[in-house]
Amino acid sequence: MSEPQNQLPHCPVALAAALRVLPLAPLSLSLTVFSRKIAKNNPGLFQRLGEYDRTDFVLDPVDLPIVMCLNPNRGQPKVKLTRRSALGTARISGPLAALLGLVHGAFDGDALFFSRDLVIEGDTGAALALRNAIDDAELDLAQEAGVLSGPFARPLHQLIALAERRTGLCLTRPEDATIW
Amino acid sequence: MELTIGPNQFFWSADIWSGFYDDLARAPVDRVVIGELVCSKRLPFYQDRIPEAISKLAAAGKEVALTSLALVTLKRERKLTAELADMGVMAEINDLTVLAYLPEGQDFSVGPLVNVYNEGTLRWLASRGARRICLSPELPIASVARLATAAEELGVAVEVWGHGRLPLAISGRCYHARLHGRSKDNCQFACEDDPDGLEVLTQDGKPFMTMNGVQTLSDSYACTDHQIETLRSAGVSALRLSPQSNGFMRLCELYRQRLDGSIGKGKLAEEIQTSNPATRLSDGFLTGTSGVDWSGAANP
Amino acid sequence: MVMEIVCPAGTPAALRAAVKAGAHTVYCGFNDETNARNFPGLNFDRAEMRDGITFAHQHGAKVLVAINTFPRAGDEAIWHRAVHDAEACGADAVILADPGLLDYTARNHTGLRRHLSVQAAAANADIINFYAENFGVKRVVLPRVLSVPEIAAINSETEVETEVFVFGGLCVMAEGRCSLSSYATGLSPNMNGVCSPASHVDYRQDAGVLDARLGGYLIHRVNKDEPAPYPTLCKGCFSVGDKTGHLFEDPVSLNAEKLIPQLQKAGVTALKIEGRQRSKSYVAQVVRNFRAAVDALDAGRPLPEGMLARLSEGQAMTTGAYKKTWR
Repeated sequence: MSEPQNQLPHCPVALAAALRVLPLAPLSLSLTVFSRKIAKNNPGLFQRLGEYDRTDFVLDPVDLPIVMCLNPNRGQPKVKLTRRSALGTARISGPLAALLGLVHGAFDGDALFFSRDLVIEGDTGAALALRNAIDDAELDLAQEAGVLSGPFARPLHQLIALAERRTGLCLTRPEDATIW
Repeated sequence: MELTIGPNQFFWSADIWSGFYDDLARAPVDRVVIGELVCSKRLPFYQDRIPEAISKLAAAGKEVALTSLALVTLKRERKLTAELADMGVMAEINDLTVLAYLPEGQDFSVGPLVNVYNEGTLRWLASRGARRICLSPELPIASVARLATAAEELGVAVEVWGHGRLPLAISGRCYHARLHGRSKDNCQFACEDDPDGLEVLTQDGKPFMTMNGVQTLSDSYACTDHQIETLRSAGVSALRLSPQSNGFMRLCELYRQRLDGSIGKGKLAEEIQTSNPATRLSDGFLTGTSGVDWSGAANP
Repeated sequence: MVMEIVCPAGTPAALRAAVKAGAHTVYCGFNDETNARNFPGLNFDRAEMRDGITFAHQHGAKVLVAINTFPRAGDEAIWHRAVHDAEACGADAVILADPGLLDYTARNHTGLRRHLSVQAAAANADIINFYAENFGVKRVVLPRVLSVPEIAAINSETEVETEVFVFGGLCVMAEGRCSLSSYATGLSPNMNGVCSPASHVDYRQDAGVLDARLGGYLIHRVNKDEPAPYPTLCKGCFSVGDKTGHLFEDPVSLNAEKLIPQLQKAGVTALKIEGRQRSKSYVAQVVRNFRAAVDALDAGRPLPEGMLARLSEGQAMTTGAYKKTWR
């Protein structure tokens, strides 16, 4: 059986460079607002987390100089970006492309894990619940961000625009597209 | 409480096999289940000794039952299983396939490898003729108690796995053969050198499981020394001891003494571990958080 | 007659993805211990089940509800309610394993079609016919211990439809007869609907070496860049004497894609894909592949080449017990 040709796209160097200097506090705030909007539009996502709806998750895009701390906080999520290492109950690390692909349902979490593109540490049950909940939610971050307004919209739009300038990263949900 | 001796799970030579049942005829036990549970390929090596063993045990006043295989797939295995129905001895079913051959209403026993997890299944089996059920070793004490209560109303005796390596899984694949680079059909009886199975360790050296042909057992020996009072008050009427190659007759005596109250709680396990310090014991399925747990570890 | 593709759905999104990708039938379970994939974040609440079944029916697909754990003594009502609710939601059949639950369903839900779960490990024609006579079972999911000729022999001796696994995770032990998981973790497929549960998994990465433990037992130790299998007990790397290796099964997954024509000749009705715990992307891709294969077979065309390796555990495939040498 032949190996698929696909390799995960690399995260743009410009994005990594920007995140080394951008102030993280406003970005954290805008991500919190953004995630609350997602929570409002997708209540099922948080129900699906079950007993893990107050768990501290650490999402670590290994090709970026930041990590994201996420607490679902029973549907009122809190997001914090940090350049230091962060402690959490469950940690999912992998290239940004893998994490975004997972959110958009373009990739299969198990497959990414088997190929070791994705590394799970800490409470595996929690990580699994988050992955399954996100997979069911059929999210589209670009679309959700597109309609976002208010004081926190600007830094987020900038970030997404920066990322979008490079092709390859999965920023929208592929609609029945060829996957992989 | 009574003592039942389960079928030997391992592959022993015909002479050792016969000697074992000769000794058992003199042991302080009430019931013996005999026959091949694990692999139909082993049976021809001692099949002709079974009738004699049955008569000796019966003559010594033991109740005798004949087990079915744990997993019936092949044509010859189906034939063997069908014959079990008219052997003139109580059949112990360890694969529900036997029910397809037993005339409705004929009494039978149910072994620990048939899943009786709830009252519904118990009632259904009782309606088919089940008179005795040895529960799956996996069941926690709460389930054992509920099932024992339901069984009593139906006139069914409930037995619990009392001692011995726990039967954890059965497969179509022979692991002994696989280990020796052979297929199951050409296994050359790779399991015959391991009278208590072959110990399987983790890569960092922790004993974990025991390989026995198509069967996988625990590394630890289940031991109910700390559970006997609980089981008795739950309504369990017999403990099942599973044959092992060394010290088994002494083990039967110890359990008899423990049940009669002539030795106290903890003494039984103590003697087992003194005579063989390498033996690891467990009773976690009944009262622990996982099967491997041992309540003796907490009260030395 | 085109062979029926039976696909897993762990979430409503996966159900929709499977139906859109061409699944004839989808199987799923309620979000509790009544089904054998009781994983965090998975499965359907009652409303989701009803909506999912409605969606599938609108698209001409069927839905089977798996209620295939063994009810706990004293709590059978939970399982009875699951059967009742599956029927009320419009399920095309329920997939059951426990004789007590089969008996209950046959008596109380006569109009609800009953399939025998692989968890019942019915491995010969006599027991299959017995289940049909006693509980009106219409289809049996065959355990993964049988070879293709054995499956053909079973089909020649029974009227009960057979469904066989063709892709995904592979149990090497007879299903429903394994307590390895509860021995190490306290949670088992039979009682809790989980095997080697994620809650008891511990991954440690140190200098590129990844240790995967389950309930404190080291199951895998892999080097940097080696594929990382999930620490399923029976697929671990262990030692016996001076030998170390995958003593029970390699970390492979089943792919019987190439055996589809033989399975059809053997009289198999339906092909089952494992993986309710996998993502909708996985489900859609595997379904598309297998649907193309059975359509090609029906039209007399050669089977398309598979592209599924990367989705597999350890990225390696086996045809399992379907080829007798596996044993």
